Amino acid sequence: MSKMQLDIVTPEKKVYSNEVDMVLTRAAEGDIGILPKHAPLVSPLKPTVVRIKNDGQELRLAIGGGFLEVRPEQVTILAESAELAGDIDFERALAAKERAEERLEKNSEIDRTRAELALNRAVNRINVTKM
Amino acid sequence: MAESMRDIKRRIRSIENTKKITKAMKMVAAANLRRAQDRVEAARPYSEQLRDVIVNLAAGTQGVDHPMLVSREVKKTGYLVITSDRGLAGGYNSNLLRHLMQTLKKRHKSTDEYVIFVIGRKGVDFLKRRNQPIIGQVTGLPEAPAFADVKAVASQAVNDYADEKFDELYLLYNEFVNPVTQRPTEKRLLPLASTELEETQKSNTIYEYEPSVEEVLEEILPRYAETLIFAALLEGKASEFAAKMMAMSNATDNATELIANNRLLYNRARQAAITQEIAEIVGGAAAL
Repeated sequence: MSKMQLDIVTPEKKVYSNEVDMVLTRAAEGDIGILPKHAPLVSPLKPTVVRIKNDGQELRLAIGGGFLEVRPEQVTILAESAELAGDIDFERALAAKERAEERLEKNSEIDRTRAELALNRAVNRINVTKM
Repeated sequence: MAESMRDIKRRIRSIENTKKITKAMKMVAAANLRRAQDRVEAARPYSEQLRDVIVNLAAGTQGVDHPMLVSREVKKTGYLVITSDRGLAGGYNSNLLRHLMQTLKKRHKSTDEYVIFVIGRKGVDFLKRRNQPIIGQVTGLPEAPAFADVKAVASQAVNDYADEKFDELYLLYNEFVNPVTQRPTEKRLLPLASTELEETQKSNTIYEYEPSVEEVLEEILPRYAETLIFAALLEGKASEFAAKMMAMSNATDNATELIANNRLLYNRARQAAITQEIAEIVGGAAAL
């Protein structure tokens, strides 16, 4: 079975770089699964989960928003942050979620979008660890 | 004489202690420098990939006129200055800030014509004292800044540009030439220079864009600008450690020289004291 090169890059470093069988994530227009020889595609990503399938094993990462670039032999995910499921501090994500919810309840207009984003990220992290 | 000898000895001891400190700081800076350089390297793939995507986007769409790519009439200018939080780094901050002040004086007649974003406490203090219009600042960055640390100020700068609070944005930081040379540099960040985007490899891949070219561009350009700010910050950090290393290296050399000079003085004083004592004894014996 043919494989494709997957790179996950953040502003700080390359988080993941390997040959993989399949990448699953949620793009702008819905969930997509990418197999080798996929048509070239660019899409923004919201904070979401990326699932990588390789040799029957699955690896999950939490992505803090970014871009997906697909070429037939190469998939690149440019993310503001990317964490492997195993590296996520569950307690911290939970605390962040509560904090964001609290702030949303207070309902000050200026912080609303920021709090919503923070909530998204926290929920996303929690989801990754729970899956 | 004896008292002077004690003074000199005390002075030597004090300089020796200072030398120990500067030497330690130099070594810390050298270690930090190496790590900072690695980080500059590690950050490169991200911004290059982003840039490739933008180039592809721009090539695939005729006449993109996203506000971030098009120059407009300049009524107000934004500056983003990257300085350090701590001193003892030679001319690192003062060179950059002098460069900034000269540029401002040359280009603008009054403080209404520009606004400044500052990273680093040294820059904040300096510009506040001179009543400059600071509209955003970050201080207390860690030695190894993460993207999240500057995200707030970077996106503020990019958003303010998008909201037409100013019409161009310059980035001022110390360019890392090599460990002994850092040069204050000014770069125009926004509008993104089209020339910079054009000169790349011709890739003939035709992408599909989800949801649309415009929306992808809308998302990607601010990200790219923020990434460039982050890259400049990392380079600034590398320059800071290099400058610090040089400054501390010079300080250590100076301390060594001072110790040698003082040691000479001390020996001379000691000899003088002995000579005098002998003279006194001889004089005393002669008097008998």
